Amino acid sequence: MRTASFPTSDLMNETPVTLSVNGCLKGIRLSIPILPGAMVFGAVFGTVCAQKGLSFVETMMINSLVFAGAAQFVAMELYQAQLTYGIMLAMIGVTAAVNMRMLLIGASLRPWLGSVPGWQTYPALYLLTDINWLLSLREYGKGERDWGIYLGSGVFLWFMWAISVIPGYLAGSVVADPSIWGLDVVLPAFFAVMLVPLWKGKRQTVSWGVAGLCSLATWYVFGGYWGIMTGAVSGALAGALIDE
Amino acid sequence: MNDQIIAADWMFTATVLGMAVVTYAMRAGGYWIMGQVPLTARVRRALEALPGAIIVSTILPIILKGGVSTVMALIAAILVMALIRRDFVAVVLAAVVATLCRLGGL
Repeated sequence: MRTASFPTSDLMNETPVTLSVNGCLKGIRLSIPILPGAMVFGAVFGTVCAQKGLSFVETMMINSLVFAGAAQFVAMELYQAQLTYGIMLAMIGVTAAVNMRMLLIGASLRPWLGSVPGWQTYPALYLLTDINWLLSLREYGKGERDWGIYLGSGVFLWFMWAISVIPGYLAGSVVADPSIWGLDVVLPAFFAVMLVPLWKGKRQTVSWGVAGLCSLATWYVFGGYWGIMTGAVSGALAGALIDE
Repeated sequence: MNDQIIAADWMFTATVLGMAVVTYAMRAGGYWIMGQVPLTARVRRALEALPGAIIVSTILPIILKGGVSTVMALIAAILVMALIRRDFVAVVLAAVVATLCRLGGL
């Protein structure tokens, strides 16, 4: 829809953005390293839901429809068997707060997907997670222009996440502890290693430094997830202001 | 409360739908807004700086909460990535290093 006002020609090179089955399969393959960490996280969520007294259908519903790990956990902290409108609004509110970083993650995909028609991108954005965002970003940096990377990994991760709650739910009181086998560091490590290909020089050093300081300051004062927003926005502004 | 495995409370269902809608609004909203903004050189530089800034802002609090084993694991992962550029190896090594540090009482 907006493609006319969005010349891709000045974005690095003229290669058009494509979509293919092979690209989707590559996306699936690339997301395999993160799978054990993600699925244990999902199993723990299943256990939490069982302990809170959700039915199996309710558990499958919240997990597959919301599809946002950290937000689901925080919302379930607030859940009570006797739901009131207040709890309902609080659960929706914390979900919005925890997922606010998605605004920025989505914004950063604009150069990648901007030339793809909206009827394809907007449904596909339902599948946006930290993981397929990181993968897509890395491959874009390497010159990849097949957005099947994003779509394939998104569909695959959604499916695996949807079924990952089942063992945890059925096991009930058997709480899986992600810190056994170090599975709790898998996702942070996946984030951290992405910094390596992203680092190019002074602009990154300065903007990341600004982001880190703002994020930590916010985290100390307010806790929670606000530091991601303040850090990311200040880092992006710093990056914009540093000239070549 | 839930005698039946298939039971789904209507208020819970409404809550879940609300959570899904706000999450989708975040997922699609940022992308949509950037489609309304002309992609000047400055905007592009901001978008280029954004991913790294998001990553740094996300992992720093995790590192501070996680303690020594998390720090060691992430340092190992970044070093391996810088040397051989294999994310799979880096991530597996991070899990191994974290486990070893914890076994060692760190």
